[in-house]
Amino acid sequence: MPDKPDRNAIEVVNVSKIFGSGEGQVAALDTVSVSIRENEFFTLLGPSGCGKTTLLRLIAGFDFPTAGEILLYGQDIAPLPPFKRPVNTVFQSYALFPHMTVADNIGFGLEMLGKPKAEIKARVAEMLKLVKMEALAGRRTSQISGGQQQRVALARALAPQPKVLLLDEPLSALDYKLRKEMQIELKRLQHETGITFIFVTHDQEEALTMSDRIAVMSSGKILQVGSPWDIYDKPAERFVADFIGETNFLTAAISEIANGKARATLKSGATIEATVAQGFQPKPNATVVVRPEHAKLTKAKGELSGTVDNIVYFGTDTHVHVHLDSGELFTVRQQNTRSAGCGFEKGDAVGILIGSDAAQVLKD
Amino acid sequence: MATAEEVAKAVERRDVRDRWLLSAPALLVIFLAATGPLLIVLVYSFLTPGSYGDVKWQFSPEAWIAVFLERDIFDDTLSIAAAHVTIFLRSIKLSVVTTIATLVLGFPTAYFMATRSEKTRDLWLFLITIPFWTNLLIRTFAVLQIIRNEGIINTILLKLGIISAPIQILYTDTAILIGMAYVYLPLMVLPIYASMEKLDFRLVEAGYDLYASRFQVLRRIIFPLVKPGVIAGSILVFIPALGAYVTPSVLGGGKNMMLSNLIELQFGQGRNWPLGSALSIAVMIIVMVALLAYVRNAGKSGVRHG
Repeated sequence: MPDKPDRNAIEVVNVSKIFGSGEGQVAALDTVSVSIRENEFFTLLGPSGCGKTTLLRLIAGFDFPTAGEILLYGQDIAPLPPFKRPVNTVFQSYALFPHMTVADNIGFGLEMLGKPKAEIKARVAEMLKLVKMEALAGRRTSQISGGQQQRVALARALAPQPKVLLLDEPLSALDYKLRKEMQIELKRLQHETGITFIFVTHDQEEALTMSDRIAVMSSGKILQVGSPWDIYDKPAERFVADFIGETNFLTAAISEIANGKARATLKSGATIEATVAQGFQPKPNATVVVRPEHAKLTKAKGELSGTVDNIVYFGTDTHVHVHLDSGELFTVRQQNTRSAGCGFEKGDAVGILIGSDAAQVLKD
Repeated sequence: MATAEEVAKAVERRDVRDRWLLSAPALLVIFLAATGPLLIVLVYSFLTPGSYGDVKWQFSPEAWIAVFLERDIFDDTLSIAAAHVTIFLRSIKLSVVTTIATLVLGFPTAYFMATRSEKTRDLWLFLITIPFWTNLLIRTFAVLQIIRNEGIINTILLKLGIISAPIQILYTDTAILIGMAYVYLPLMVLPIYASMEKLDFRLVEAGYDLYASRFQVLRRIIFPLVKPGVIAGSILVFIPALGAYVTPSVLGGGKNMMLSNLIELQFGQGRNWPLGSALSIAVMIIVMVALLAYVRNAGKSGVRHG
C-alpha cells in the first residue's frame, strides 16, 4: 500500500505444523515463510487440504506451530493464546453466539477487553452502521438470514479494532449473487477501516478480484506470492498456472535468455518470445504456458497449426479447442459479438497466433 | 354427491377417531396406573388410623395436622413437630447439596467426555453407565465399606499416620451425602453431556478469539448453551434424592432419617397410614413447588437451542 510500503503486519518465518505422530504424521504446513504488509488485502489461495486454513489458525492462535515463528509487528506471537492476540477472526460458519442478540455479539469482544459500557455502546452502534444492520440490533442471531449473519460476524470481528483481521472462507456459504455483493462490501470495509485483511479461499475468482496480493498454496507449501496480475499472467509453477484460470501447456526448447525474455522453440518448429523468471537457465524441454485469451485463431498460417476439435459457447465468449499437429491440445478464447459468429467450424484447419508477450516459461 | 373437500374432512375425522380408539387401552392403563394409586394415597390421608395398621373409614384431618404440628397428649394444644420439621429440612438440605455436588463433579466430567474424539466418547459413555448394572443396595454397601471406621479411607489415613483415630463418617449426614452423590452422579452427567455434545465448539474458539479468558468462555458461552442439560440433570438428581430411601437407611444408620424413612416408619412400626399418606403428598407438593420455581427461574435467562 502506498503510505507505508515496507512495514510488515505479519511475518511467518519457517513455520511448520505437523499433525499426529509416528506413521500417521501429516505435515499440514512445511517450512512456510511469508510476509504480509500493513493495510493490505492478502489472500491465501489453494485447494482444500493445502494448509491455508491451518496457517490462518496458527496466526489466530487456535493451533500452535510445530516449528517456526509468527511475528506481529515484530513481536513473536506464536506462543500466545488467542485471547492475548490483537487479531480477530471471521469464521467460515460465522460462529455467532446463538444466546445473544446481534448487538451483544458485536459488543462481546469489547466487553471482554473490559471497555467501559458507554464506549462499547457507541462502538457497537458505529459497527452496526458500518455493516448496515442498525435495524436488527435487538434480534437473535438465529432470526436473521445468512447474509445478515455474515455482516454481524464481520462487525463482531472488526469491533475490537484488531491489528489484523482473519477471514476463513467467509463467503463460501452464500449464494452467487450475495457472494458478489459481499466481495465488494469486504473491499469497502477493508478500505474504510484500514485494517490488514488475511483472507482464505479456494475460489480463484474471489482471490483475483479482491486481493492486493495472493499466496498460492499447495500441499503445505506456498508456491508463489504476488499481485493478482502476477499470479495470473506470470505463473511460476505448473500448479499455479493450472489452478488459476485455464491455460495451455506447450513443450518448448528455451534459449537466448536476456532481460527476462527468451526464445522458445515450439514443437511445431515456430519460435516465439516468452517471459522467464530470473536465474532461469536454457533448457531443451521446458514448459511454456499461454492463456486461451492471449492467442488468436486465424485461417492463415500461425505459430501453431491444427484442426478445430470442438467449439463451446459460453455467452460472453467462445472456447475453441484445437487439436495441434504436434499432438498437443490448445484452447483459444474468443470474445463474442452480437453480429458475427465464431467464424470457425469443427474440422477446420486453423493457425494460432501467439502475441509477443503472451507466453510464460514455467520454472519446472 | 359429496365434494372432494367434504370427503377429505370425513376421512380426517374418522382418522382422528380411530387414533383415539386405538390408543384407548394404553391410555386407560397409564391413567389408572399413574393416578389410581395416587388417589388412594390422597383419600387415605384424610382417614383415621386403624389399631393394627390399615385405616378406619372415618374422615379426619388429624394426619395433615400431624405433618408439621404435634398435639400434646395432656392438654390437646398444638405445637410445631420439631422432629418432622428437622427431617424435612435435612432432606431438602441434603438433596440440594447432593445436586450441587453432582453438578460440580458432573459438569467437568461431561465437558471432558464431550471434548474427546467421537470414538472414545462412546467408551466414556459406556463407562459412566456401568454403575447402573449393579443393584443400588450393593453399590450403597460398597460405599459403606469405603467410609466405615475400619474402611479403606480410615485404614490408609491411619497407616500413613495422618490421623490417630478413625474419622467417623459412617452414620452421619456426610455419609448420606457421599452415598447419594455417588449414586446420582450419572443422572447429572448424562443430560449435561447430551447438551455439551451438541455444543458447537467453534463458538468456544470464537470466544477465545474475542479476548475471553478460559473462565469467561465457560461462564458466558459454554454454560448458557448447556443450561438445558444442567436444568434437566438437576431435576433428575434432586427429585430422587429427596425421596431416597436405601442410601439414607444404610449409610445414615436409621439415626439420620430422611423423608422416605419417616414415611416408611408410618406404614411400618408407626401404624399410622394416614400420616404416611399425608407426608407422601406433602413431599410431592414440595417437589412440584421447587420444580416450578426452579424451571421458571432458570427459564428467565434461558436459551433456546438452535
